[in-house]
Amino acid sequence: MKNGLAGKHIAEQASPLLDPGMSNQKKRKRRRWIEPRGSISLQLYLALSVISFVLMLAGWSALTYTGVIDPLFLPSPSRIIQSGFKLFTEFHFIGDILATVLRVFEGFILALILGVILGLLIGTFKVVEAFFEPMISFIRYMPVSAFIPLFILWIGVGDSEKVLVIFFGSIFSIILMVAVEVGTVRSELLEASFTLGSTPFGVLRSVILPASMPGIMEIARLVLGWAWTYIVVAELVASSSGIGHVIIESQRMLRTSNIIFGILTIGILGLITDLVLKLIIRKMFPWSYGR
Amino acid sequence: MQPLVEIRSLTKTFAGKRRNPDVLAVDTIDLNIMKNEFITILGPSGCGKSTLLRIVAGLEEKSSGNIYLDQQEIHGPSSDRGMVFQAYSLFPWLNVQQNIQFGLKNKKMEPKRRNEIARDYIELVGLGGFESHYPKQLSGGMQQRVAIARALANDPEVLLMDEPFGALDNQTRLLMQELLLDVWEKTKKTVLFITHDVEESIFLANRVLVMTARPGRIKADIPIEIEHPRSYHLKVDPRFLNYKKQLTELIREETLKVMRE
Ligand SMILES: Nc1ncnc2c1ncn2[C@@H]1O[C@H](COP(=O)(O)OP(=O)(O)OP(=O)(O)O)[C@@H](O)[C@H]1O
Ligand SMILES: [Mg+2]
Repeated sequence: MKNGLAGKHIAEQASPLLDPGMSNQKKRKRRRWIEPRGSISLQLYLALSVISFVLMLAGWSALTYTGVIDPLFLPSPSRIIQSGFKLFTEFHFIGDILATVLRVFEGFILALILGVILGLLIGTFKVVEAFFEPMISFIRYMPVSAFIPLFILWIGVGDSEKVLVIFFGSIFSIILMVAVEVGTVRSELLEASFTLGSTPFGVLRSVILPASMPGIMEIARLVLGWAWTYIVVAELVASSSGIGHVIIESQRMLRTSNIIFGILTIGILGLITDLVLKLIIRKMFPWSYGR
Repeated sequence: MQPLVEIRSLTKTFAGKRRNPDVLAVDTIDLNIMKNEFITILGPSGCGKSTLLRIVAGLEEKSSGNIYLDQQEIHGPSSDRGMVFQAYSLFPWLNVQQNIQFGLKNKKMEPKRRNEIARDYIELVGLGGFESHYPKQLSGGMQQRVAIARALANDPEVLLMDEPFGALDNQTRLLMQELLLDVWEKTKKTVLFITHDVEESIFLANRVLVMTARPGRIKADIPIEIEHPRSYHLKVDPRFLNYKKQLTELIREETLKVMRE
């Protein structure tokens, strides 16, 4: 890298004399992609993304269609599409997807509402922080999956247990991250609003909350990604519906292609929610992103 | 006549954190500010200018002494003392108009009246056409104009300004001085203005206060006897140059003290 930068310097200084125009530009263009944070064209970006998927698919096909790997361990792509089709047509897979999505959103939205409120209060008021923060940091390191047996003992194996797993798995991280986000609000903004006659709660409502909103939405996006992993853990244990339930049933019946189709479904659901949230965030906060 | 703001033996000591000694930032300052005065405070870096201003604004606790506004002792920040910071104090999620209305909304003023006032102040600082721009879409100079309009729209008793043009390039800064002078000539708002810049301090002020190196005390209190309206031509006027010479000497002594420390 050091050489690269020095080289660029020399090229820029020498070019007007030696060779104005073209070659200098070319050199700069060629180097752009190894510059830290350098940007690349959209076409190149998309091409690279597509190539990575194509490569994965090619490797997979090579291993499966040639029979190198037993289909019991890894079925071919077409087998998986077939069984996916069958899942939807014969086994009402859409019902399982809806059950899973509903649980994730119920647990996550509850956690988000409560977590944001507590996070804002902890980040704003030192007394609230002293009361909650140490306890939350402690609980956060307990793995939510280990709580599943306890939850089942408390409230049984129904939907609410799954929702509770999501809620429990998400809320502590949300609280702590929101509290940190609140701490990054510039003190000039708080001070300016005090000199403009704001009350302490007024500052919380009309400065701290809007200032940390984009950050909070990004936190929501991140934690929602984790929630998809918790839901499967919850559904693997004592469940009668949901994608996780389909996966564990398929394992019992040695339907490897169903397992993989289930996994892919979760991946795609996660990807879609992430993209939608990302778009919403960009649209909601034009003042924070771009010009 | 009663002064608008009275500062009586104001002292501020910052407690030293971890084995560091305490810092005496402001040392028994006495100051009377009359209504409609434009006072600039000139002082070497670190002498306690910001601390003094922030205590008047109520953003910093004083250690001892008293401050009165209209003979009422002040406690904490309030909308009767408006503040303009050096930079980045606009609310980035609000556009120009909404930023200017922020204080008016706190006063629960009705939207129609708010809009009218905002429009007037946007006009006053020459930002017509930029009402719905967000702060990040504005240059540094324009942002500071919004900050000034926002503070003025609230109609404070006194306007406190802490190096409001300190982050701007020189050309913009000169234009902003003229703009502020123009605003003051129209509104006659009482202003306490901090700066490093000798020319700026004379050009704007009715009175220039020079502070000593830390601990900050008032070293000189110099009335600027030049009539209004003033224009930039003033900067080559012999009277102006005389003040400049005098103040440059005063501030140089203090800066040398800081350097020798
Ligand atoms: N919160 C604080 N805690 C401890 N010391 C502080 C604090 N704020 C300021 N000081 C100290 O008080 C002294 C005066 O600071 P102040 O910011 O008022 O100076 P200033 O005159 O505004 O300087 P500048 O021209 O650089 O803005 C400095 O020595 C500074 O280190
Ligand atoms: Mg300062």
